Amino acid sequence: MRSLYKISLITLALLFIVGTVGCAPKPAAGPVTIHVMTMDQAGLKPAEIDQIARDFEAQNPDIKVSMEYVGYDNVHDKIVTGMAATPPAYDAAMIDVIWPDEFIKAGYLLDVTSRVTPEMKAGMFPASWNGVTRNGKIYGMPWLMDVKYFMYNKDMLQKAGIAAPPTTWEELVDQAKIIKQKGIADFPIIWSWNQKEGVVCDFAVLLFGNGGAFVDANGKPAFNNDKGVQTLTWMKQTIDDGLTNPSSVSSDENAVEANFLAGKSAFAVNWLFQYSDSNDATKSQIVGQAAFAPMPVFKAGADAGIKGSSVDGSSSFAIMATTPYADQTWKFLTYLASNEVQIKYSAEMLPVWQADFQGDALTKLEAANPTNPVTVPAFLAQFPYANERPTVPYYNEASAALQLAIQNALTGVKSPKDALDEAAATWVSLAK
Amino acid sequence: MAINSNSHHRHHLTLRQQDARTAWLLLIPSLFVIVGVTLWPVISTFFLSFFNAPTGINQVRTFVGLSNYIDMLKDQTFWETIGRTLYFTVVSVGLELTIGLAVAQLIHSRPWGWQFLRISLIIPWAVPTIVNGAMWRWIYSADFGALNGLLMQLGLIKHYVPWLTLPEMAMNLVIVADIWHTMPFVALVLQAALATLPEDLDEAAAVDGANAWQRFWKIRLPLLRPAILVALIVRTVDAFRVFDIVYIITSGGPAYKTLTITYLTYLNSFSFGKQGTGAALSFLISAVTIIMAFVYIRILYRPEES
Repeated sequence: MRSLYKISLITLALLFIVGTVGCAPKPAAGPVTIHVMTMDQAGLKPAEIDQIARDFEAQNPDIKVSMEYVGYDNVHDKIVTGMAATPPAYDAAMIDVIWPDEFIKAGYLLDVTSRVTPEMKAGMFPASWNGVTRNGKIYGMPWLMDVKYFMYNKDMLQKAGIAAPPTTWEELVDQAKIIKQKGIADFPIIWSWNQKEGVVCDFAVLLFGNGGAFVDANGKPAFNNDKGVQTLTWMKQTIDDGLTNPSSVSSDENAVEANFLAGKSAFAVNWLFQYSDSNDATKSQIVGQAAFAPMPVFKAGADAGIKGSSVDGSSSFAIMATTPYADQTWKFLTYLASNEVQIKYSAEMLPVWQADFQGDALTKLEAANPTNPVTVPAFLAQFPYANERPTVPYYNEASAALQLAIQNALTGVKSPKDALDEAAATWVSLAK
Repeated sequence: MAINSNSHHRHHLTLRQQDARTAWLLLIPSLFVIVGVTLWPVISTFFLSFFNAPTGINQVRTFVGLSNYIDMLKDQTFWETIGRTLYFTVVSVGLELTIGLAVAQLIHSRPWGWQFLRISLIIPWAVPTIVNGAMWRWIYSADFGALNGLLMQLGLIKHYVPWLTLPEMAMNLVIVADIWHTMPFVALVLQAALATLPEDLDEAAAVDGANAWQRFWKIRLPLLRPAILVALIVRTVDAFRVFDIVYIITSGGPAYKTLTITYLTYLNSFSFGKQGTGAALSFLISAVTIIMAFVYIRILYRPEES
């Protein structure tokens, strides 16, 4: 009896092991499900991308699309952790313009050069292909061409008696002082200066507008030279003078939008999405009051011939190298980036197809929805001045060092010169 | 049946040994799980810490010996981060213990509504850390925060203060959020222990003329030692490894002033793609937490009292 009891216990135990070990997920029969991850910030809203996915599924019954949305600041790390799994957690993901070098080196991105058709290659803006092409190979499908825009509140400027938006940052300071003095806004300017990539984007806009640069011709850090230090000192000064909202130091682009749309600031630098949201009555208290102006530059930069300055914040979709469903995923990405889909949703995101901006097509694009007549000219005017951040595989760590330096200066922990020098030293050691 | 017919074949094993063998056979499945899920990653991380291991597919890993550890110990950011983490741990656990003990005493004294108090304590503890962090981030918000609103209405401030941008305040604000979340755990553990204490010792001391403070300090507190030890070990190890609440409220900022050691490990492993460094950091954290646990047990554990 006792041995029978023991034998049955042992058998149960063995069954347990076999059951656990043998329970590998089996590939499902029927439609293939692809997992795509993108940011919930700039570009199309999740509800819109979901609709695109449903439309795609209707046309392709054998493919199911499972979308996942995360905040922009989390996308990079989610891709890294997702790729540690086999099969990868995502079949495709949104790739910011600053990541291809790192991800190609890590072997995450699928080479899609042979899948890109001549129509796509010729049809989309060359700048959009530059973001995903390295050494002649293409690693993604262009998606969003975005730059930082200078937006201001027309009504506030009118109330302050200011006739036109500023063309230099020095003029901006003067106008902000008037607005603050008249009590129209406590802190007329809001920026995304929190310790994330957003602060490097804002810094890039200002740095290049001062005639500065991230690296010199030899690839050595140049952001800690006079021009860089001046730029950072100017940033700190606007906080000290009470013109830049001190909460900028902990704000990302979503917080900038929340502040601007609540009517708390007169000037806000942000990606395109802020404009259409400003006219959405469910989110905005300043419907109809936001306007674009060319991004100002510093007077020193203008004297040196700098006509405009912004930062390239484009993103594309890449297929993950280890996905088992490359064909299906490419099919979805082709649909996502197709001209019809892009025109339909152009209120949030302008198309990457050049032909849309010429001749009759331009008229059609501007008529596609109410905000296009404003956003299209703004895009055409600002995008040519989009500056790039360094395309190096260690960009994430380099950017973190620069973010820390800028924050150290803005919070008064270190002087701008010391802070930038420290970051430059890190860049030099990373380059080794 | 009294006689097992198989006992002829097993005469070389005692009954105790037979039981032991069965026990081992039954334990093997769960041992598999423990080794596979817990021990193997720990060992594997330990080996990884001796390599330069960039994240990615099919990346080359070069053996660098103790380089990762040495570079870490030479890095100023590492030591500042350890200092910050220790500050967080000491202040957070210290306050949790003090306030938790006070609340436990309060419940134990059975005032009117004590059941409601005990039940309502569960709520902060039950709220997921992510939700807790998001809530506190909104409370501290410079433009829309409840803290600013409250202080403004009380007349304590004239303008809204951007709390989370102040380098010296930020860590303390995260500590407040953490205390709100985990103090109930300490309070409930201590209250449960208080409930088991014998009443007569207290009463005898009162009869002998001891006042409330003396009774608390000399009688209750020593008897609570095992419970305090449990709460301390659990909370200290957790506080030293804090990550999620910092990630949500401040993301390590401003200027890394709320960067804790686990966050630094996370940044190295995933954001900077240096898994070797991340593994070395993980091991250092484990070493420190084990030492902490040993120290506690040495100081506080008295076998004769348990």
